[in-house]
Amino acid sequence: MRKTTLTLALLASAGLAHATPADPAKSSVKFVFTQMNVPVEGQFKKFAADVAFDNAKLDASKVSIAVDLAAADAGSSDANQAMQMKEWFNTSAFPKATFTATQFKSLGAGKFQAIGQFALKGKTANLTVPFTVKPDAAKGQWFEGSFPLSRLAWKVGEGEWSDVGAVADAVQVKFKLYVPK
Amino acid sequence: MSVKYTLPARALHWLTALAIIAAFALGITTDNMEGFSMQKLKLINYHKWIGIAVLLLVALRLLWRLSHRPPELPANMASWEKQVAHLTHIVLYVLMFAVPLGGWLYSSAKGYPVVWLGLVQLPDLMAKNEDVAGLIKFGHKIGAWTLIGLALAHAAAALKHHFIQRDDVLKRML
Repeated sequence: MRKTTLTLALLASAGLAHATPADPAKSSVKFVFTQMNVPVEGQFKKFAADVAFDNAKLDASKVSIAVDLAAADAGSSDANQAMQMKEWFNTSAFPKATFTATQFKSLGAGKFQAIGQFALKGKTANLTVPFTVKPDAAKGQWFEGSFPLSRLAWKVGEGEWSDVGAVADAVQVKFKLYVPK
Repeated sequence: MSVKYTLPARALHWLTALAIIAAFALGITTDNMEGFSMQKLKLINYHKWIGIAVLLLVALRLLWRLSHRPPELPANMASWEKQVAHLTHIVLYVLMFAVPLGGWLYSSAKGYPVVWLGLVQLPDLMAKNEDVAGLIKFGHKIGAWTLIGLALAHAAAALKHHFIQRDDVLKRML
């Protein structure tokens, strides 16, 4: 009896492990940073997200996102070039930021938390990302969330740029992913 | 005893002059700075703050001027000279509004809101639009150079009145 349940669970998770890539045309990863108290919105134009999410099978769900940091648009060509530099993303050494979550918590009312590993600029640490899930008529899923990230915790903006008076530590990350069925 | 401009009118005139010179110097400096640096970021923001200050000062000036008639020009001036003087003043006022507004519009078009003194976030005048941003910047530059050119002509005329005509035109503003 126990064995059957276990087998079923394994089967179910095997079914879910088939991750679906998010539709890049409908998805976005944006960020808002604050320089001299001026909020500036930018976005990561290239990223890949693979999602296997079922709110009835959170244990078997899995999300992984890889963001191409070289394709960051920080609002101006000067800033975009600066983003590539050592002090900021150092993209030649660390071209990607990744987030992989296998642990999920339901907060009710369509709200969830993904607890996973976030790797950026050579540092990997735990990160909890809040999000909501909304199904659409085509049985696809919209994942949306927004959370503050400490840029200094991942050494984004070193040297003179570690001055939080010039660029605030908290960078708001806003993502929207559409995962078709 | 000559009739002077009122004290608030004189104070606002010289404050605006100082602010315009500072904003212009900062504008030229940052425009010639390559790449992205902390220094550039700060100077660009100071430029914007001073530009908004010009806008506020000139709005106050205009309100004051409309409610306080400026002293008459000397009677010995030819009528065409008076007309040129009036026209210059009108164009200076128009540019003192248009140049800062153009800078604010350019900032909006680039997707950077203006936060005056780092404290007050001003509304965006338009949605982000990189395509027209370059054109707005060009207009802002032309306007700024015209403003500085006219202000120099205005100052030269005041000096001419003072040292050549030896009338009280400059003294009215001191």
